Amino acid sequence: MPFKIFVPIDSTSLSLGANDVADLIATDAKKRNIDITIIRNGSRGMFWLEPLVEVETDNGRLAYGPVEINDINSLFDSEFYQGGVHPKYLGKTEELTWLKKQERLTFARTGITDPLSIDDFTAHDGFNGLIKSLKMSNQQIVNEVKESGLRGRGGAAFPTGIKWQTVLDVESDQKYIVCNADEGDSGTYSDRMVMENDPFMLIEGMIIAGLAVNANHGYIYLRSEYPHALITLNKAIEIAKKNNYLGKNILNSGKSFSLEVRRAAGAYICGEETSLLESLEGKRGLVRYKPPLPAIKGLFGKPTVVNNVISLATIPIIMSKGAKYYSNFGVGRSKGTLPIQLAGNLKNTGLIEKAFGITLRELLYEYGGGSASGKKIKAVQVGGPLGAFIAEEHFDIELDYEAYSKLNAVVGHGGIVAFDETVNMAEMARYSFEFCAIESCGKCTPCRIGSTRGMEVIDKITAKDEQAKNVQLLENLCDTMVNGSLCAMGGMTPFPVMSALKYFPKDFGVDTNASDV
Amino acid sequence: MDKINIQAHIDMFKDVAGGLLPLMHSIQDDLGYIPEESFPLISQSMNLSIAEIHGFVSFYHHFRTKKTGKNIIQICRAESCQAMNVKNLEQYIKIKLGIDYHEMTDDQKFSLEPVYCLGNCACSPSIMINDEVFGRVTEEKVDQLIRDYK
Repeated sequence: MPFKIFVPIDSTSLSLGANDVADLIATDAKKRNIDITIIRNGSRGMFWLEPLVEVETDNGRLAYGPVEINDINSLFDSEFYQGGVHPKYLGKTEELTWLKKQERLTFARTGITDPLSIDDFTAHDGFNGLIKSLKMSNQQIVNEVKESGLRGRGGAAFPTGIKWQTVLDVESDQKYIVCNADEGDSGTYSDRMVMENDPFMLIEGMIIAGLAVNANHGYIYLRSEYPHALITLNKAIEIAKKNNYLGKNILNSGKSFSLEVRRAAGAYICGEETSLLESLEGKRGLVRYKPPLPAIKGLFGKPTVVNNVISLATIPIIMSKGAKYYSNFGVGRSKGTLPIQLAGNLKNTGLIEKAFGITLRELLYEYGGGSASGKKIKAVQVGGPLGAFIAEEHFDIELDYEAYSKLNAVVGHGGIVAFDETVNMAEMARYSFEFCAIESCGKCTPCRIGSTRGMEVIDKITAKDEQAKNVQLLENLCDTMVNGSLCAMGGMTPFPVMSALKYFPKDFGVDTNASDV
Repeated sequence: MDKINIQAHIDMFKDVAGGLLPLMHSIQDDLGYIPEESFPLISQSMNLSIAEIHGFVSFYHHFRTKKTGKNIIQICRAESCQAMNVKNLEQYIKIKLGIDYHEMTDDQKFSLEPVYCLGNCACSPSIMINDEVFGRVTEEKVDQLIRDYK
């Protein structure tokens, strides 16, 4: 029996040299006449330990990491392929604290399986949700999703089941499922991880969505910055077709569903659902007025479910284990789990799937291990470029949609970017406007022009040019953007800006004790 | 510009719903850019005005109408990479290559573009060269990559 060695194929692992590690392990094994099989698994999401090499033993899977090219010779010397001791030895993978403390539902398989092995997928509960759904009526599926309490994980947190109900209730000869895989928020990569590490799960979720609302075709709108995900998804779709999970008469049920990937073209705004639909239709990604809702008049004017990758990827476990199982996780109206992504200036970065209710402090210090630079963490941006900066005084608030909303902050897609004390928050606020100016679709004046004016006003504030007057002007401008923009781009850019000014006025050179501010 | 070549791409996507987006990718993947001279042909075949084609191409950051260097280096300028000092790295790369964003080196080996998130935020700062992402990029790593890709 060959020794089984796992080297991740996730693109972050690749960005740290996983391919070179895998190649060298293969060559060295050959040289030493050791019979091994290398499995390119997904990543467990402990990115500070990548490339994380695992070996299968009678005692379970053992981990070594981060493995560099010049470790490989000594790894072989210490017979790592059968669990030998080495300085990079970490222990049993499943017993590692970071993983052990998590509640992995959507990411249960991630890092364990070979992303493109359909046998691996089915051996680890894959397609169980689909098989159950094929025996249910449309309404039963929709009810299950409603009862699970799942809310859109893209950031808007709209109840997924209610969206599906709307699409189900509209009579139409053609309906579509659109997966929003335009994961543009900085600090987020959970969608990418699903697509690269467990693509069949997303496919399964989309088929179930199709069954639920009577849609027979789906599109995955994938950002162009994810070339590895594109390759993996296309391969997975082909494999699913060959195995009768996609196409006509799925598993001899009489039901049909087809799926294709459309590559986006680098416009952040196309993560907004109506802009995404315009883009899919082959147009500029200009945001649409709502109503009509996409659920009623969406892609090519037809009723369309537009859901984020994580929302769709969570459907299989809800269907296979039941709504109650899922909704038992979480707090208040934030049911289930959230894949949290730690990024920026942190020692330990990676994916943490936890029930809602965890605090930033736990995430930053217990999981993240504090800043990478060793300096004090000054601010944290939660929920992408349109999310507020959180100051330390709020690190103990539980992560849940409503609690964050009270703070004028958002949970968004679960991205957490930490900044150490060297950050200048006035520069970050200015960058928020700059980003908005670059990425605005241009439809709404407050967003298109306000973003550029915003940069100028911040420059005046930091230059102490009529500061009090300009602070007032900035507040008015933000108010106009919030209330006068159709979508979140213009409507939420003020969140990071105003939170930066509110909690870090010194960085703007604003003296809060002065009476004129 | 090879007219026959462009027509072959058009034929693949003419009857595809929302076909303009995959068509433009197809042309750019093949030629490295979308020549403006192809706009009249595309406009005719897709039943759109030339202005619409221009509007479409110029809307998306990914599409370009000019030739690029042999390798395209994209530097992530988004928040996570900023938190890990990408601004210094950005300056270093610009000086090293002697070009600014949206420019090409004289030897036509490299083009430089900004990008807003590569989804590699766990290992910032990140850059992408063609289709490969590199994480935790240092100045030494940049030197090595530029040597390797040259």
